[in-house]
Order: sequence, then C-alpha cells, then structure tokens
Amino acid sequence: MSAIQIIPIEWYLTLSAILFGMGALGVMYRKNAIILLMCIEMMLNAVNLSLVAFSAHHSDPGAQVFVFFIMAVAAAEVAVGLAILIMLYRNTGTTDVEVLNRMKW
Amino acid sequence: MKAILVLTSLGIISLLAEIFRFRRALYPIVILGLMGAIATTVSYWWYDDGDFAKYFGGMINFEDSSVIFSTIIISTGLLWFLMSDTFFNKENPRTDLVALVLFAMVGAVILTCYTNMAMLFLGVEILSIPLYVLAGSRKDSLSSNEAAFKYFIMGAFASAFLLFGIALVYGATGSFNLGVIGQVVEAKKEVLPGFFMVGVLMLVVSLLFKVSAAPFHFWAPDVYQGAPTHVTAFMSTIVKTAAIVAILRLFLSVVFDDITSFWMPVILVCVGITFVVSNVSAAVQNNVKRMLAYSSISHAGFLLLAVGAFNAYSAKAIVFYTAAYSVGSILAFAVLTNVIKDHTGGPVESFNGLGKKNPFMALVMTIALLSLAGIPPTAGFFGKYYVFNAALQAGHVWLVILGIIGSLIGVYYYFRIIIAMYFKDANEEASVEPSKQHQLVMFVTAVIIIVLGLLPDLILGIGSAAEVVAAK
Repeated sequence: MSAIQIIPIEWYLTLSAILFGMGALGVMYRKNAIILLMCIEMMLNAVNLSLVAFSAHHSDPGAQVFVFFIMAVAAAEVAVGLAILIMLYRNTGTTDVEVLNRMKW
Repeated sequence: MKAILVLTSLGIISLLAEIFRFRRALYPIVILGLMGAIATTVSYWWYDDGDFAKYFGGMINFEDSSVIFSTIIISTGLLWFLMSDTFFNKENPRTDLVALVLFAMVGAVILTCYTNMAMLFLGVEILSIPLYVLAGSRKDSLSSNEAAFKYFIMGAFASAFLLFGIALVYGATGSFNLGVIGQVVEAKKEVLPGFFMVGVLMLVVSLLFKVSAAPFHFWAPDVYQGAPTHVTAFMSTIVKTAAIVAILRLFLSVVFDDITSFWMPVILVCVGITFVVSNVSAAVQNNVKRMLAYSSISHAGFLLLAVGAFNAYSAKAIVFYTAAYSVGSILAFAVLTNVIKDHTGGPVESFNGLGKKNPFMALVMTIALLSLAGIPPTAGFFGKYYVFNAALQAGHVWLVILGIIGSLIGVYYYFRIIIAMYFKDANEEASVEPSKQHQLVMFVTAVIIIVLGLLPDLILGIGSAAEVVAAK
C-alpha cells in the first residue's frame, strides 16, 4: 500500500473542498483581477488534488490522465485571461475590477 | 466526427492564410469548407448505429442525435459567416478571428457527441476559450474589454464547478465513461456516497451557468451587450445550442435517469425563475441589443423546460426549438448589425421609420421578432407549442402557465420594435441599405422561418430520432 493510500480518502476530499471553497469565495469577494486569476487556479488545483487522490483510491490511472488535461487547459485559459487583463490595464490603467461597471441593468 | 476534422483543418488553414498570403481567398474557402462539413455530418445519418461511429476509444459516439444537432450548429455557423463579412473585413480578413470562430465550433460539435466526461470538459473549454478572445476582439473599446473579462471570469468559474462535479462523480463511480457511470448508478443507487449527489448538483449548476439560465444568468446581459454584435449573435445561437445539447446528453440519457428526483427540481426551479426574471428585465430595456440578450435568456428557459419534462417529447421539442430559435436570432442580429452600427447596441428609437426607409429589412425583422415571440405562422410558435406539449405531458402545469405569461410579456417588448418600425417617423436621414449578401442571408432565414412555421413536420420527423441513446 503506497503512502497516498494510507491516508483516508475523506481527508483528501475535505482538503480539496476547503481549497475549492476558498477559491470560490475569493472569486466572489476579491476586487483585484490578478487575485481573481489566482483564485481560479486554486479551484482548478483543488480539483486536481481530489482527482489524484481518487485515482490512487480506485487504483485507476484514468484520473491522472485527466489531471494532465486540466493542467493543459488551465494553462491555455490563464494565457487568455492574462491577455485580456493586459488589454484591460492598457485601457483603464488599473487591475481593480470595480472599474468594470459600464453596463448595468 | 468528420465534421470535427473538417472544422479543425479549416481553422488551421485560416491561420496559415496569414503566413502564405492568401487571405483574400480565405472567406470563400471557409464558406465552402462549412458546406463540406454539413455534407459529411449529414452523411452519418444513413450509417447504422454501429461501432464505426465511435471514435477515440469510444469517447465520442456520433449517433443520430449528434447528426441532427451538429447539422443545426454548423448550418447556423454557415449563416453566421455569411452575415458576418463586415466583422472580418472581407477584403483583408482578420484571419485569427476566423480561426477562433472555427475552433469554437469544433467545441460545439464535440458537445453534441461526447460519451466521456473528459470530452465534455474539453468540448466546453474548446468552445469557451476562443469566445473569451472573440468577446474582447475590439481591443480599444472598454465595453468589449469588460465583456471579455466578465465572460472569462464567469466561464472559468463555471468550468471549475464542472470539473469538481466530474471529480466527485468519478470518485463515487470510478469511471469517466457515461455508460459505465450509468450502470454503476443503476446498480448501487442506494449505497452511493453523499458526495456523489454534490457532484451531480455541481454539474447541473455549471451547465446552467453555460446556458445562462437564471439565477446563474447575471453575467450574460453584460457580456452580450459589450461583445461585438456579431460575436453576440454567435454566443446566443451556437453556444446556447451546444450547451443545451450538453445538458441533454448528460441528463436526458441513461446516465442520471435513476436519480431524477434529485436533479430535476433544481432545473424546474431555475426554469420558473428564468421565465420571470428574463422577461421582466427585457421589458424594461430600451437598448435593443440588451433586450435581445434577455430574450435569449428567456429562450434558454424554454429549452430547459423541455429538458425538465423528461419524456419522449423532450428531444423532439428541443430539436425544433433550437433550429427555430437559431434561425430567428441570426435574422434578428443580421438586421440589428445593419441598423445600429454602434457595437454596444442602441435604443429602440433607432428602428423608427424603418418600414418606410427599407421595407424589406422591416419585413424580415418583423418575421424574426414574430418567430421569437412565438406567434403563428412562424417557426417559433411551433417551437413553443412542442415545449409546452412536452411539459404538459409531464404534468408541469404551473411552469407552462409561467411560460405563457412570459411569452405574453415577450410579445410586448418584441412589438415595441415592430411598432417603432412601422408607426413612427424616421428621426434621421441616414440610409440603411444592406449589402447583397446580407439581403440573401435575411431572405433565406426568413423563408426558413415561414416554411418551418407552415410545415413543422419537415424537422419534426427527424427530431423523433434525436432520443439520446448516449453511451450504451
């Protein structure tokens, strides 16, 4: 039995749920665009953690392959996100998302 | 499946066009390529549902429902390209934008045929990431930036929920394959751990985000208004169709049909909220583009009502509704881009006197709005009729009543434009003469709307084959 399997699956799940919740709360309540990007990364990595733990639990490598998919897609997503952020910074001179209020109701 | 290859290679060709300097020839190549993609998709219709429609080790299964929805999506894409020549600047096209649109369509097609959670995730991402860029493609406009950033944050947020849902479902069942998950759920319904239900709930919520159903719609009006109008047209037709098909494949198939009592109420409550919120918000809008955004949220409500009905009529209703709604929206946006040049939209008064200035555009716009409002003899009427029929068979009387009230409010805000076009005097002399190509698109879509409204059986016969047998 490998080290990762000795610890009960619930502990991994709890940890990744806490990380995911922190990320989600961060996206909702933080105002700095860069922090928002970091929070989204944290949510994705919480998912990666739980997938790897489940993979060891089920002795099935499928989930580890899935983690590679998530990493690749997350990289693409962040590249696009940072590009949008730079575009925004050039036009507004700030990374505060409070300035994004041109459209309401 | 071959459509995926054709669309991907078209996208790569568009990128090469920049290097090898055949940008001027690109637009015809894309149009022909899309026609080819439609032809290869339709050719699958005559295949038996055997193993040879399976690809990537069974992660994609191109069955009858995939053929129907892919055809709807790619045809809408073709119409979209025909109405969007001004977006690309046809003489000297922005080839990166062409490539991004084609790649987004690949994602949409994958969502019609996935049989594996990995393909669901990849499809959603391939569809979304190009659209973040497209929404921000007017780099100098602050509204476009704002739309892109909001769409990006909300899209990535929803993707994270989708992934966590997938991870939890995998943890409980030990597989990403929809067929295997379905078998496990059926066999061990009673002993599945609690986090399985949390996972299913997260899948529902993230997909409701993607179709922009209330109360998860708050990003949609801003994004639809701020994005360039052509991109808005793309988002409210192809993206909406793809997202609803993703829900259809996941929830209306063998995967989660043993636990309907758990996820069904969530969808039904969202349908009810959507009908009220979207129509009331649309009625108080004076900006036509934002009004169309709210109207597309209300149409998402109708599509979800058909999912919530969960019976033999659902798939049929969804096929008809997506076809009617996509064509109607393309037509409405084609007219909108010709009348209002400002890309954040304009007031209803911009349409004043269009009936005199350009009778043809006023007529086709009237047809589009009648179809969106669901008034016979247009396709939209039968779309709503079949959805209500499916919902009544399932006993959701209150939701049908809410839907009818919503449609009545819809009549009010759609008719404001029609009244402006025919009964108000023009306030400016600016001529609005669409190009020959736009006139062709408008004419064709208007004819499709009327024909489907008079002869709904044309599509309905095919629609009955759309029963999703995913992942058997």
